[in-house]
Amino acid sequence: MSGIAARRVHWAWFALIGLTLAVLAARDSLGALMVFPETWVLPMTAWFNAGMDVVVAQTGPFFRGISRALAVPMGWIRDLLQWMPWTLTLSLLTLASYAVSGWKLAFFTALAVFYMVVIGYWAESMNSLALVVMSVPMAVLLGFLVGTAAYYSARADRVIAPTMDVLQTIPVFAYLLPILLLFGFGPVVGLIASILYAVPPMVRNTTLGLRRVNPEVIEAGMMAGATPLQMFWRVRVPSALRQILLGINQTMMAAFSMIIIASIIGGTADIGWEVLSTMRKAEFGESILAGIVIALMAMVMDRMTARAANASRADDAPDDPWSRYRYWVIAVVMTVTILVASRLLPFLHTYPETWEVYPAQMLNDWLTYVLVEFSDTIKSIKTVALFYIMLPVKMGLEQTVSPFSWGFALTPTLKTGYAVLALAGAVWFGLRGRVGAAVLVAGLAILLYFGLTRLPWPSIMGVVMLLAWQVGGSRLALGTGAGMAFLLLAGVWPEAMLSVYLCGIAVVLSFTLGTMLGILASENDTVSAILRPINDTLQTMPPFVLLIPFVMIFKLGDFTALLAIISYAIVPSIRYAEHGLRNIAPEVIEAAEASGATRLQMLWRVRLPLAAPQLMLGLNQTIMYGIAMLVIAALVGTNGLGQRVYIGLSNGDFGTGMIAGIGMAIIAMIADRITQAYSRKVQPAAR
Amino acid sequence: MNQPHSGDDEVSDIRLSCRNIWKVYGKNAGGYFQTAPDEPAALVERIRADGAIPAAANVSFDVRVGEIFVIMGLSGSGKSTVVRCLSRLVEPTHGRITLNGDDLLAQSPKEMIQIRRHKIGMVFQNFGLMPHLSVYDNIAFPLSLQGETRADIRAQVDKVIELVGLRGRENSYPHQLSGGQQQRVGIARSLAVDPDLWLLDEPFSALDPLIRRQMQDEFLRIQNDLRKSIVFITHDFLEALRVADRMMIMRGGQVVQTGTPAELITNPADDYVAEFTNDVPLARVLTAAEVIDKAARAADGLDRIAADMPVETLLPMLAEHPQGLMAERDGLALGVVTAQSVIAALARHAGRTEAATP
Repeated sequence: MSGIAARRVHWAWFALIGLTLAVLAARDSLGALMVFPETWVLPMTAWFNAGMDVVVAQTGPFFRGISRALAVPMGWIRDLLQWMPWTLTLSLLTLASYAVSGWKLAFFTALAVFYMVVIGYWAESMNSLALVVMSVPMAVLLGFLVGTAAYYSARADRVIAPTMDVLQTIPVFAYLLPILLLFGFGPVVGLIASILYAVPPMVRNTTLGLRRVNPEVIEAGMMAGATPLQMFWRVRVPSALRQILLGINQTMMAAFSMIIIASIIGGTADIGWEVLSTMRKAEFGESILAGIVIALMAMVMDRMTARAANASRADDAPDDPWSRYRYWVIAVVMTVTILVASRLLPFLHTYPETWEVYPAQMLNDWLTYVLVEFSDTIKSIKTVALFYIMLPVKMGLEQTVSPFSWGFALTPTLKTGYAVLALAGAVWFGLRGRVGAAVLVAGLAILLYFGLTRLPWPSIMGVVMLLAWQVGGSRLALGTGAGMAFLLLAGVWPEAMLSVYLCGIAVVLSFTLGTMLGILASENDTVSAILRPINDTLQTMPPFVLLIPFVMIFKLGDFTALLAIISYAIVPSIRYAEHGLRNIAPEVIEAAEASGATRLQMLWRVRLPLAAPQLMLGLNQTIMYGIAMLVIAALVGTNGLGQRVYIGLSNGDFGTGMIAGIGMAIIAMIADRITQAYSRKVQPAAR
Repeated sequence: MNQPHSGDDEVSDIRLSCRNIWKVYGKNAGGYFQTAPDEPAALVERIRADGAIPAAANVSFDVRVGEIFVIMGLSGSGKSTVVRCLSRLVEPTHGRITLNGDDLLAQSPKEMIQIRRHKIGMVFQNFGLMPHLSVYDNIAFPLSLQGETRADIRAQVDKVIELVGLRGRENSYPHQLSGGQQQRVGIARSLAVDPDLWLLDEPFSALDPLIRRQMQDEFLRIQNDLRKSIVFITHDFLEALRVADRMMIMRGGQVVQTGTPAELITNPADDYVAEFTNDVPLARVLTAAEVIDKAARAADGLDRIAADMPVETLLPMLAEHPQGLMAERDGLALGVVTAQSVIAALARHAGRTEAATP
């Protein structure tokens, strides 16, 4: 950016701060700027509902037909899985794990399946598995077709890419209701929701894989005289197979994370319902036992498909028929043997109830003991976080500081002191030529004093749009402006700010903590080796299951949600930081060492700046994960858009749920576009 | 390898013929050729001014049967575009290409698939191997697309595997091979269908210098056996000299000069061509015919040498025959080569290339 333009941006920031302060000073008489007047809000909820009524009336029979058609195979799979002796299911899954990966995974799989039996959740587990077994192939097929269409036709891609964006950013809860309205109740609804949620990664990976095929390989195929069909099935698809398998893996993970959510609308007698209902009854021992089932299923399936995607091509099938078909032969022999044996020994068919081990009560007792024993510690952790971090951001020091919370009142002297300190900080940075830092200090001081939810809406719009303009130009600024206008006009601005506050704190903490861990992991192989399996587990764990332990200890509320979001959103920060820092060209490091950089200088002046684009990508992913988790966290009683989505769902109010869902998607997209634009901006500087 | 060509039986002699090939990237590229085209240079200017890119401009050349024709140019010179036009991987905007006398640009997509299956083979700079197929399957790939029987495929693949020296590596995968080995697979694959026209797009550019040299020798050995009609693309002038029967230099999409390596060196069309010849050891390129002493009178009893013998080879002989050597072609005496005439010729050409580089 040229000097003049940079100076113009600086003046815009100063003007924005000045105006904000002016509005805040006269806030009693400028109510319309503080709170968006209700008379300006458009009746969008009614419009949405009316529109949906028309759609349902016109297309209802069609969708119900689909629903009935899908119910048939779904029922077959359920019946089959229920009919199969548990020993057979266990053996076949173990054999499959062994075939794709080896003894280690086979052992893990056997243990995981055995857990489901012993704990007494066999029937429920199989019902959930039926959902996945049914939804994944359909999502994979659909995703493959759509992804291929997007690859071949630029026009189709222009429709498909944004649709996938929306499907992935709109919280699932928001489209559960329209599905419910269109398809009716029942397990099929959960199936359709799972498919919709699981399709986007398959579409993306298919398109990406096909696009990434080496152009010379394509040319070689053409020169070999391949017909268009041969070109697709014998050149493009095999070359893109790795990426496509990765898509299948991600699709499968998405389907697993939907098990619990799907049970909200269509679940009966499956494991998701078990988790959900026990948690609602505050039976945490029961819910964690059920949650572990889902986590185990997800982990087994993840390892199996990930392993298949990374399998080296060298150890491909040998030629003789025995080695090629041995697993199929073993599977058939196994099936027959077990079916016969289970006739003779009934416990092989149905695990006897008397042998079950169900330590829920023990867990509950233990939990109660911990909660009682450490109640002071737990309470003080919660209070500290609430009074010193969360409330100031939410409502401002102005509202938070009182003799009751901080131990002293906010006297005029203290207020003046705060203002002087903030001003001094800003001026100090300003005089040293670091105008950006000065603006940041002033902005943060204002934010902390007044609180995010108590700032005038035009100021927040101004800040975001100015930021967007600075990193991405006028188009991005206009887009973010339009998005925020929707939030205002739909009347969900206050809820949106509550969501931003919670998610914002979580993201800042996750990113800071995650980057620090990433730095450590990049310098120390032991730390890296310890973090890797933890990250893997956190990422394969369906987000809902992550909530359970935090709810157990900290009960419902914002703080619990915050911890849950952090535990989910911190993973990309750690991973990208480590990856970015480890992949810096060694010559650059050597050059810096030769110039006599100390360890700290190396970090701050060489490694972090060079890893900046990767760090930005990590931030971007952290934000996306945070927003995804925010909706799930709404189930444990946070306020904001997530809660509105949930209310809309439980009241059958399509408009309310959809608007809140779109609102969340808007926030996610604004954050995504701004961080990506910034990442692109720092890219050339880091090269 | 240069066959003496008589102008009257061109049809049988010429494998591939390109006339006024244009490839223009940009909006409405075909529009430039709707009306009678301008002078090429003027048209290039006009296309550039419109913001379009003339990747190949008015390129014409012939490839004779059994000849290695090299297209040499730096990156962006349009050489890769031209070679892709020959197989219609890139559709030429304008021009005429004939293979064995058939108009290539008039073929339907289906006919084009047949032509690629049977008539043209291509080798790629970065090998273009299918990562999911073994060496054997990669080489068999073009044959299996044609739906030949397993036995036919095996026989054909065995033959080319032998030819490129890959025996024993059939079950390896591309990522397990070195670059040189991978390119052997690429060469074998392109030869598996026994094509009439063999296209090689910078086949050795991705290899280490030592391997490159080795592969060039290997390539010449294979060509000695097969006598294919070849279009060979390279950016390396020395490589061009090593393999070319005739060569064409391209710059900015246009042809700068076409001729035998010796013609290019002894008679560069402009400073651009002359600049390439700087590093060339003259004694290796100049032949006896080009260093004849025009003033010297043919005395009897001189030893006879072939007219296309490189100067490098005749120097030691000249040391033993101070009175000179007689250059002959087809038993016909052309003139006397003396130490004096060799030095004069070398000095003449060295002086010229020196002058070309300020």
